[in-house]
Amino acid sequence: MLRVEDLYVAVGGKTILKGVNLHIKPGETHVLFGPNGSGKSTLLGAIMGFDRYQVTSGKIFFKGKDITSLSVTERAKLGIGISFQRPPVLRGVSLGDLLQATDREENNINELAEPLNLLSFLERDVNYGFSGGEVKRSEMLQLLVQNPDLVLLDEPESGVDLENIAIIGDAVNRLLQKDGYHKPVCSRREAKESRKKAGLIITHTGYILDYVPADIGHVLYHGELSCTGLNPRELLGCIQKYGYADCTRCLA
Amino acid sequence: MQEELRQKALKALNKNALNEEEIDISNFEAGGKEHPYLENIQELPEEEKKDMLVAGVDTTEKERTGTFILQDNSVIHASVLQEGLDVMGTAEALEKYDWLHDLYWNLVEVDKDKYTAKAALEGNRGYFIRALPGIKAIYPLQACMFIGREGLLQSAHNIIIAEEGSDLNIITGCTTASHIGSGMHIGITEIYVKKNAKLTFTMIHNWGEEVVVRPRTVSVVEEGGTYLSNYISMTPVRTVQMYPTTYLKGKNSVARYHSIIVGYPNSDIDVGSQVVLQGEGSRAEIIARSLTRGGRIVNRGRLVGEREGAKGHLECRGLMLSPKGVIYAVPELEARVDGVELSHEAAVGKIAQEEIEYLMARGLTEDEATAMIVRGFLNVKIMGLPEELDAEVQKAIAMSDASNF
Repeated sequence: MLRVEDLYVAVGGKTILKGVNLHIKPGETHVLFGPNGSGKSTLLGAIMGFDRYQVTSGKIFFKGKDITSLSVTERAKLGIGISFQRPPVLRGVSLGDLLQATDREENNINELAEPLNLLSFLERDVNYGFSGGEVKRSEMLQLLVQNPDLVLLDEPESGVDLENIAIIGDAVNRLLQKDGYHKPVCSRREAKESRKKAGLIITHTGYILDYVPADIGHVLYHGELSCTGLNPRELLGCIQKYGYADCTRCLA
Repeated sequence: MQEELRQKALKALNKNALNEEEIDISNFEAGGKEHPYLENIQELPEEEKKDMLVAGVDTTEKERTGTFILQDNSVIHASVLQEGLDVMGTAEALEKYDWLHDLYWNLVEVDKDKYTAKAALEGNRGYFIRALPGIKAIYPLQACMFIGREGLLQSAHNIIIAEEGSDLNIITGCTTASHIGSGMHIGITEIYVKKNAKLTFTMIHNWGEEVVVRPRTVSVVEEGGTYLSNYISMTPVRTVQMYPTTYLKGKNSVARYHSIIVGYPNSDIDVGSQVVLQGEGSRAEIIARSLTRGGRIVNRGRLVGEREGAKGHLECRGLMLSPKGVIYAVPELEARVDGVELSHEAAVGKIAQEEIEYLMARGLTEDEATAMIVRGFLNVKIMGLPEELDAEVQKAIAMSDASNF
């Protein structure tokens, strides 16, 4: 679904990503670990096509199409969605208005908002005076309405208390058609194979993994994917043991 | 007209206003043709009804308590549906109520500038609106200032009185017939909000592209009274210059000014609000939103604290939608005693790229995203208008929106 090839990205003239290669297949959920400043958000921003992330070399393919020079809107319309870590406040624009404007599938917005405890937020200005957890839940609601095929999640659990993590995890599963949010089938294997939605999740703490089953983990270190293709839980354990710099020891 | 006022006015006929480009009043035709009075405003031509509706004046009078229409310089209609309310021409009111002469040219100075002087010499056109003590108007009253003649000088003198304990909503819609290019409007408005009364005064400007506008408004609020002023100007206009001032005389009196202004190329808009806090525990808030598509907007705001314990806040936000426009925010705070609490915040700039990309990431195009942010910026919900008034204003914005965005 997504193929990133030898990607170099600069921000404000400074090279942040140095030759990243990444392949995400339909139905897969990938997790991206890495210290602050290693370029995780830059990778997500470059995949989404934000202006400040300048691709200096390499290519990004989505559903087989080269999207490297497409606008953010075109990428969103092709089926890429992103949750922001710190989204901007939109004064005078209510969350309900925003959802209506971005809904292309005639979703029942109230039905989607209810389990996220956001019914009373639909009248409020987007992100204005929202707490950390409310911001994240609002991001999830926006993505559920948008219903993208590839979901990019930038630290969905940061600033969220334990109770809310379960709600966020539930929404992520719904987005990714994970257990219980997909048509009933005979076996887990069949369920997995018929799933099409893919995800790329940045997490520091790994808490979200307690709620969302993920398939493949990577470590981004100094702008390069140093450990890649491992089981996310094992990788997290290894990072906790050896640190990001020495995660390659886990590959042995 | 009293000779003293006349003499004062004559002396001030060449006195320019502060902060303004030179306007030659003699370029505009004073007086003009008299229009007949209409008992039934349904007799108005359909075209004019439509023009008025854009400025929030609904000639069907649905959910309106009363209507006043000044066409050019003729009072063509004044009616009221509820007991305890007065709606009539100022000239008629001055004949009817002797005491009104004491309130006439009482707050606005005749010789303030050449516009007040001109208005004084032109006579007593305009409206008199009053709510008797304890009367609460069920629906808003509407007043329309309508220019239907090319190059006309319209001059109005309005007096509003909310007597003790009354509650009044007034929408003033100012507009030109759609075929009119140039004209001039001078409006004198003197507002009295008595003890524990509440007045919501919403002015919607929908002038023509070459219209010169010079309102002069002063209000006084007594103990426990509340004055809410909303100002909306969303269509092209040559120049507007005004600086309405409120004196919060009474204990615990409140004033709130909200304005939403859109500037177009060739527009020069210099609008400010000033509140002088004189009463114990008086409170004031000024909130201004300016957006330019190429014109120049000066947004002044001034809070003067003269009494200990007075509190005021001023917020001014400006949005540049064109590299050619100018937004000049001038927030001023003046404390004349200690123990007053005055604050302000001002921000001017273009739409943040981050906000546009946020919406683009949800699938909106850049233009759709920009339009959504602009609509949010111009959102009138912040005015806290009564429901029916809010709906009218939203409608007026939607109508101007369709033609301009």
